[in-house]
Parts: sequence; structure tokens; C-alpha cells
Amino acid sequence: MIHFLQPASWSEALAMKAAHPEAMPIAGGTDVMVEINLDLHRPAGIIDLTRVPELTEWGTDDGLLRIGAGVTYSRIINELGDRLPGLAMASRTVGSPQIRNRGTVGGNLGTASPAGDAHPPLLASDALVELASNSGTRRVPAREFFIAPKRSARRDDELIAAFLIEPAAGPQQFSKVGTRNAMVIAVCSFALAIDATRKRVATGIGSAGPTPIRATDAESFIEGVLDEGRLWERPAEVPTSAVTRFGELVAAAARPIDDVRGTAAYRRHALAVLARRCFTWAWVDYRRMGAA
Amino acid sequence: MKPRLAPAATVTGRVGENVPRPDGVLKVQGGFPYSSDLQVDRMLWGATVRSPHPYARILSIDTSEALAAPGVRAVLTHEDVPGKRVYGLEIPDQPVLAFDVVRYWGEAVALVAADHPELARRAAQKVHVQYQVLAPLTDPEQALLADAPRLHPDGNVTRHVKIRHGNQDARAEVVVTGEYEVGMQDQAPLGPESGLAVPDEEGGVDLFIATQWLHVDREQLAGVLGLPPDRVRLTMAGIGGAFGAREDLSMQAHACMLALRSGRPVKISYSRPESFVGHVHRHPGRLRYEHGANRDGKLVYVRARIVLDGGAYASSSTAVIANASCFAVGPYRCPNATIDGWVVYTNNPPCGAMRGFGSVQNCYAHEAQMDKLAEALGMDPVELRTRNALETGSQMITGQVIDGPVPVAELLRRIKERPLPAASDPGSLDLTTQPGGVSNTTHGESVRRGVGYAVGFKNVGYSEGFNDYSTARVKLSVVGGRPRVEVHTAAAEVGQGLVTVQAQIAGTELGVTDVVVLNADTRVGSSGSSSASRQTYITGGAVKAACDAVRRRVLALAELELGRKTGKTDGLRLERDSVVSADGREIVSLTTLLGDEVIEETHEFRPRQTTRLDPETGQANAHVQYAFAAHRAVVDVDTELGLVKVVELATAQDVGKAINPQAVEGQLEGGAAQGLGLAVMEEIQLKDGVIRNASFTDYLLPTILDMPPLRMDVLELGDPHSPYGLKGVGEPPTISSGPAIVAAIRAATGRPITRVPVRPHDIVET
Ligand SMILES: Cc1cc2nc3c(=O)[nH]c(=O)nc-3n(C[C@H](O)[C@H](O)[C@H](O)COP(=O)(O)OP(=O)(O)OC[C@H]3O[C@@H](n4cnc5c(N)ncnc54)[C@H](O)[C@@H]3O)c2cc1C
Repeated sequence: MIHFLQPASWSEALAMKAAHPEAMPIAGGTDVMVEINLDLHRPAGIIDLTRVPELTEWGTDDGLLRIGAGVTYSRIINELGDRLPGLAMASRTVGSPQIRNRGTVGGNLGTASPAGDAHPPLLASDALVELASNSGTRRVPAREFFIAPKRSARRDDELIAAFLIEPAAGPQQFSKVGTRNAMVIAVCSFALAIDATRKRVATGIGSAGPTPIRATDAESFIEGVLDEGRLWERPAEVPTSAVTRFGELVAAAARPIDDVRGTAAYRRHALAVLARRCFTWAWVDYRRMGAA
Repeated sequence: MKPRLAPAATVTGRVGENVPRPDGVLKVQGGFPYSSDLQVDRMLWGATVRSPHPYARILSIDTSEALAAPGVRAVLTHEDVPGKRVYGLEIPDQPVLAFDVVRYWGEAVALVAADHPELARRAAQKVHVQYQVLAPLTDPEQALLADAPRLHPDGNVTRHVKIRHGNQDARAEVVVTGEYEVGMQDQAPLGPESGLAVPDEEGGVDLFIATQWLHVDREQLAGVLGLPPDRVRLTMAGIGGAFGAREDLSMQAHACMLALRSGRPVKISYSRPESFVGHVHRHPGRLRYEHGANRDGKLVYVRARIVLDGGAYASSSTAVIANASCFAVGPYRCPNATIDGWVVYTNNPPCGAMRGFGSVQNCYAHEAQMDKLAEALGMDPVELRTRNALETGSQMITGQVIDGPVPVAELLRRIKERPLPAASDPGSLDLTTQPGGVSNTTHGESVRRGVGYAVGFKNVGYSEGFNDYSTARVKLSVVGGRPRVEVHTAAAEVGQGLVTVQAQIAGTELGVTDVVVLNADTRVGSSGSSSASRQTYITGGAVKAACDAVRRRVLALAELELGRKTGKTDGLRLERDSVVSADGREIVSLTTLLGDEVIEETHEFRPRQTTRLDPETGQANAHVQYAFAAHRAVVDVDTELGLVKVVELATAQDVGKAINPQAVEGQLEGGAAQGLGLAVMEEIQLKDGVIRNASFTDYLLPTILDMPPLRMDVLELGDPHSPYGLKGVGEPPTISSGPAIVAAIRAATGRPITRVPVRPHDIVET
């Protein structure tokens, strides 16, 4: 039978995890309960984190937003949508209202599925994942957090405390392809963040590789185009050929496979389209910002 | 020992009125007892050991470790089947528990009963089966080859239907050909297979079960259990949808065997992944067509070769292929036809009944062909259909002359004339209106609109000489000072609204306000299956017939009473809980007239007789009634991403007479949604016989954001042969809705699209 633990505070949670590294944390349960129901996973124990107040809080930490692992998608949309538009857009595509009311970004990171919708915007914003155990706390860049399908840098004795992310410093976009108009796991997804202050363009690809991926070649290519044309200062349209090339480079960065949700070829094709469209929408916003 | 079942409710309403379902509120509030909620004291839980291979020889089964596991009360294999080891709706070819070989992935091999579902599942993993894995035969075309391995003793062809109508060598001025493919759809009823078997003291068993046909379950169970039918009693339990998935036995025999062996009540309730292997699916099909027409658009001939994949066991395949063949050309006049319909055994999951039953697969093909022909002729596709539309008195390709209303042209006219929805607003940021929905994939880029039309038809009731009938018992008595009618049938309410239909008919015929429809069980004679869109017709007919008999007795009683008093007995009727005169005046209340008298009548109702298809020519009066529906679909397609938003569906359907109009609308909505599902997302994906998406994570059903508004035109043209003139309603909405959507996608994209469900990569060339 499953051993059930219910810490009432963060320190108690860490102590329990140290004593029972095999026990599985549960937050919203929207991944855990499905796995149990489908008999895919029988954890020896469960640590219920929903009574830990620290996990559901968010605040600022040295210019970054520090968001507790237990903050739900609904709260991200409602409370942080203006500061984190990319993550909020991704959150809006997660499941249904019921799932968004229970599901958390911490849980998404805990599962570390390549299809997790929170991951591409976290990559594009260079977020940090805060991991904690009885022996200390460390902050791992999202870029280094994902290791393989459903495997992350988190050790067995660690819990995810929070993630840290900069408030948007420019337009952000997120797009996801699914074969249903709602409540669908991504066939592929794409996040884009324009950092107007540092003059950077950052990306995140979801569901088209063993982990979420950054399209770094595409980023430097389009930054080159923007720098060279002095388009940051004098926001004009970006040549179509450059936007198309950006899309191609995003597609090239993906490492998709054929599976029940789609073919590798389609995923690459769709990523090129999404990247083009997201950049175009974001750039229109950037130009509008400049005009204002 | 009886579990809690849904209470029998009192229903008030007349034929033609909107009458709400008595279980509606309970269901919405979560209080409705579904078959998966059944519970009694001392109940055990059953679990099923299933084959991990699509095709393998069973070398040995070792149950000793499972038997020794904690809480385990019984472990059974094929050696423990008390009676017949095989069963089947038409051909008894399916083992109760596999012996010698397994023929599909997920086939039941052994059973465990334990004190707790978790213990049962764990013990099931301790049943050790040794297999010699064989190469599965998963391509139906290969199964037809002479040198293919034979999966059953009589070979791999379950049935070959030949239709030879008119001139077999006809030639035409304009010829179009096409090949089409339909994927495997799941009925996906929200309630999984579940039931509770309770052994009695005398070696018999009571089974509480969500099923479509209690008596055919009982007949098969009696055989399997080696019991006389009267020792196997079935009671309908709360059902969560059916759509054909519950026509075959699933866990029925298993639960009964475990109950009889352990002497304890046993419940089995499948999980969703198990449900995907626990019932049959819609046959996938490959269809090759050739249409020939005159320059003026008159069909000259149709030649078609239809191959359906029946999977490992026959189920109702032989009837499905008959439909696919009889309706192969669609609701059109076609003087010459050559149809070859094949259904074959493979090592894929078994296929059988699903809403539309053979008429869905061919509709994709014949409607695509009609559009192709229209294009070749430079003719409007609706005009071409209208020119060829079946009419009253037309001959089917089976030679049958269709009587009664045949409003094919009228249905087409109505959907065509309905105003089109407004063009999409390219700048709209209401993402729910865009292809891709809230996932933010387009703000209007590459979105093209398309409009498509389709019309389809199928038979209502059982065909080909089947002895179709239903039994109803109707009792009129005074309860608590009021007249009350009790209707008792074995007909399964599967969500379609049969309880209200029965109550409305009884209320109308007997003029009584309070009608109670008793829960269906086998204490009354068979009603046949809740399938083939037949229950309102056949069981409705039986309830009406029983009511007629009750009314005759009541009026005879009244005449006796009144005749003695007044001598005036002409034109007496039953209305407002009373006997009324011809001009509607109350003569005597039923309460007074009946007193302690109980009037009960049991009647059987039979539709007109049909005949079997001639094995060489397929000619026969094979079907009782034909039902028609047409759909128009409007879609927006993101042509660069291949994503589809169905913007609107419009339908016109002749229902003969809408007994309960709001239930009719429900059928039109639900049927169209199920059709939409097959058109754009629902598919059981197989690889070498293994289902790769046996859960709702990846078997996608349409959500409320995928289902567009449905504009409905419900015609009530009255069939002279049926009770109240009604026609079966449930299946036609599922037939032409999908083909209309695919036609609209073709119109939007200019791509041929010959396979459903349409996937993004079918629209986008990659
Ligand atoms: C119907 C449905 C639709 C869905 N749709 C989407 C979708 O569109 N996009 C998407 O990305 N996902 C989707 N999901 C998956 C799921 O909702 C998300 O992954 C969600 O983010 C999980 O969050 P949770 O709080 O429910 O996690 P839980 O299920 O509680 O946990 C998930 C994993 O994270 C671990 N975990 C949780 N919290 C911590 C912590 N603080 N420290 C360490 N480990 C932790 C758990 O042990 C577990 O391994 C869907 C799920 C369902 C059931």
C-alpha cells in the first residue's frame, strides 16, 4: 500500500523527502493521479505538498520574480499575466479550467516532460529552477534542468521550491500545435521572448526533441539581422527572407520523432511556421512599443 | 442481495412534447449510480489477465503464484469455463478465455477475484503465461491472400457480400475513380465496461450490468455458464453510453464465472485503457470506387470494392459488411452496380457495431466520389446529388423499392438554402474562433474557408430476415388514489432517452398522467438491442400495442358500467386520467372505474419481415425502414499548419415523428459530434496489432470548443408503416456529418484528402 506523508511546512517537507527519497511529491496531482490511475506508476509513498504554505507564494528576489512551485496556472494567468505574458499564454493552453486550477508549474517541472507547456517560456526567459534539500539550496538554469524525456537535474532527495524569472522586458509569444482546439498535449510548441533592454531574442521549443530546446542558432541569426539593420533603434519591418530563415533555423534546432501525436517532418514544418508567426507578432508589438 | 440502482421515476408527458430525462439532474449532480458504482457487502473485485501479444500460441498458464497472493479468492483460465468455451453475436468464434492461441493484443486469458481491486490487479500480474509469439497478420488485404496464415478454421473471410444490379458491363461518358481509407474509431462511452455478478443459493446468478441487449447477453451467458437461461437473471445497471460498444459480451461471463466459483458477489470495472481492448471498435476500411455518369449528371453505374478489417473475431462483422455494401452508392438512384464487400479476420482488435454500422465508412467514399464527379462535370455538387436522389418508389441497388417518404432532395435543398455563417474576422483575437483555438497558432494567417455537403442513409431495425421483435408489459392500476401506468420492458436505456419515449407513449395511449417505467430486466421478454436506431420504433411499438390492449379492456369495462346506466358508449376515450366521451366530457375517472382492478397486458411487436441478401446478386427486400440525413459543413483551415476549425454544421433529417423533440435534438447534436470526431481526430492507432493510444490522453474526442453550433431542420414526414410515423433517429447524424466536414476541408485546401481522420500532415505537404 502507498505510504502517505503530509508535511505542514517547508522544513518538514524537506525532512520527509530526506527520510523517504523514494516518496513521490504531489502538488496539483494532475500528472501523478493520472499515472496512478493508468497503472503506469505505483509510488511507494506520496508526499502531499498542498499543505505547505511557502510553495504557493510568489514575490521578488533581487529583480527576479520568485514563484513558488505550487502556484497554479490559473494564478499565473490572473496574478502575473502582465509581467510574464509568455508564461501566461502557455498557461492558458494547458488542459481545461479544472486542470489550470490545480496544475502547477512546479509539477510541470517535476514531470519534466518534453511536452510540458511551461518549459519553452521558461527557457526563453532564462529562468532558474530552485531545488532544495536538507543539505542546501541550488538554482539551476532551465537550460540545464532538462536532461532527457522525463529526467531532470533534480536529485531524489530534492524538492522544487520555486522558479525565478525576470519580468518581461519586451514582447513575448507562445504557440502550440495540437490536433484538438483545446485540451491537448502539444504536437510541438514554441516560445519567443524579446528582451528590449539587452537587445536579445530568446526561444524555447517544446515537444520536438527529448527535452525542451533552445534554438540558439536562430537566436543569434535574428539578433544579427536586427543589430546589422539597426532595427532595435529604428524599428522597421524585418525582411521576410530573414523571418523565414529564422523559422528554418528554429526547425533545424528541433530533434523531433514520429509518434502518435504527429510525424517528425510535420513537427519541423510546423515549428518553422510557428517561429515565423511568433516573431512577426512580437516584432509588431515591439515596433508599437517603440512608437508609443 | 441487491446493489443500489437508479430509482424508477414517474414521468409525465405526451408524444410530441419535450420531456426531460428523469435521470438528468442526478447525473449532473453526480448522484446517478453507474454500473461502475455498484456495490454490495462481501463483494470481491475481478481483474483480467490479458495477452501482451497480438498473435501467439499459449504454451502454458501457471496460476499458482496468483492463487497464493494475499486476498485472492479465485483464479480462472479457459479450463474453468463451465459451458461453451466460445461465444459471439453471429458466429461463436471468440473464446471466453483464450485457449491454444491469442489472436489480438489485450485478449482475455485468465481471471482473478480478490478482496480489493488493487490486490486483484497485483495478483493478475502473478499469473504466468508462456507464449510462443507468432507474426501477427494485421493488413486486411494480406489476410485476403490465398497464402495468408488462416486465423480461424474457415479461413480469413468473415463474409463477402456481392451485389450485382443491372448491367455489369455498363459504360459511361464520364468516369471518376478514387480510393479512400477510414481509420478505426472507438465508441468511447464515458462509462467503462462494468457490472456485478451475485451468485444465488442454487447455483444460479444475478448480473447487474450496463448493456445494450439483456436477453442476448443472457443467451450467451447461459451457454458459457452451462446453466438454463432462467438461472441467469440480468438487470440493467446505470449506463454511461454505448454506441455499439456494449453489444458484445465484455466482462459479463467473467464476473459470473468468478462469482459462481467463489460463492461471493464479484464486480469487474474496466479502466479506460482496458476498455479500449474490452470492446469492439468501428471497422477501419479501404474503399475503391468507380463512378460512371452521363454528361447530364445521371449516374450510370457504380463499382466498389470495400474491405473492412474485422480484427480477431467476428462480432457483428457480417451485418456491418452487409450495410456497407447495401448502402455503398449512397441515397442515389443507380441503375447498375457491382459491389464487393469483404470483411476479414486479422490480428487487430476485433471490430463490430458502432453508431452508423457500415454506413459511415462508405459515406466518406460515395460522397467524395459525388464531389469528384460534380467537378468532372462542372456541376454544382448539390445539384448533382439532387439529380440522382432516391425518391419514393425508387429502387435500391439491392432491388428493394423504397416506400414511404424519401426526402433526399428536400434535405439537400434545406441545407443548401440555409444562410451561410459570416466570414471569419481575420483580425479577431478571440482565439476560440481560429483554427488551433486557444493555442495561439494563427491570427488569421493562411486561414481559408471551405464549405462541403454530404448526405447519407441507413436501415432502421434488423435486416436480412432477422426475427426482429420487442416485448412490453403494461399495467394500469390505482395507486394512492391516482391511476398509474407501469411500463416494463427489457429495452436498454443507453442514454438515448428510451425511458421518456416509453412513458410518453403510455401516457398518450392511456391518457394517464403518472407513468412509471420500471428498470429493464429479464423478468419480461426480449426487446432486442438498443442498436440499429430501432428501439423507439420496435419497443415503442410494443409499448403502444400493450397499451392498446389495456385500453380495450378499460373501455370494455367502462362500456359495461355505462351501458348499464345510460346505454351510450360510442367513441369513449381515455384522457386526463378519466374515460371521456367523444366530445371530451369526463364520464368517469379511472380511479373510480378501476377500484382495485389491475389491468395488465404483455404484447410483442414485430416490424415487417425482411429477407436475406441473395449470396450471388445481393438482391433482397433486406431492410425494414430507411432513414436519411444531410449535412453542410463550414470550416476554416490553417492551410500552413493543417489545423481545422469547424465553424458551423447544418443538418436536415427526416425523423418521421419527433416523439420527444429535445431528445431528437440531442441525438442530432451528439451524432454530429461523433461524426466530427472521426473526420478530424478520433483514431485508434495501431502498430503491428498493438494499440498505441489506449487512453484519452492521445485518443482525442471533440471538446465543446471543437463542436460548432449545429443548425437543425427536423422534418416529420410520417412513415405509413411505423408507430406514429416515426423513423429511427440515432445513427443518421453520425453518417454524413464527417463526410461534409472532409468535403469542406477539400474545398478550403484544394487537396484531395482521401483518408480520415484528417491529420495536419495530410493537409500540409511535408
Ligand atoms: C486533462 C489534462 C490535461 C493536461 N493538459 C496539459 C497541457 O495542456 N500542457 C501541459 O504541459 N500539461 C498538461 N497536463 C499535465 C499536467 O497538468 C501538468 O504537467 C501540470 O503542470 C502538473 O502539475 P501538478 O501540480 O498537477 O503536478 P503533480 O501531478 O502533482 O506532480 C507532477 C510531478 O511533479 C512532481 N512534483 C510536483 N511538485 C513538486 C515539487 N515541489 N518538487 C518536486 N517534485 C514535484 C511530482 O512528484 C510528479 O512527478 C494535463 C493533465 C491532464 C490530466
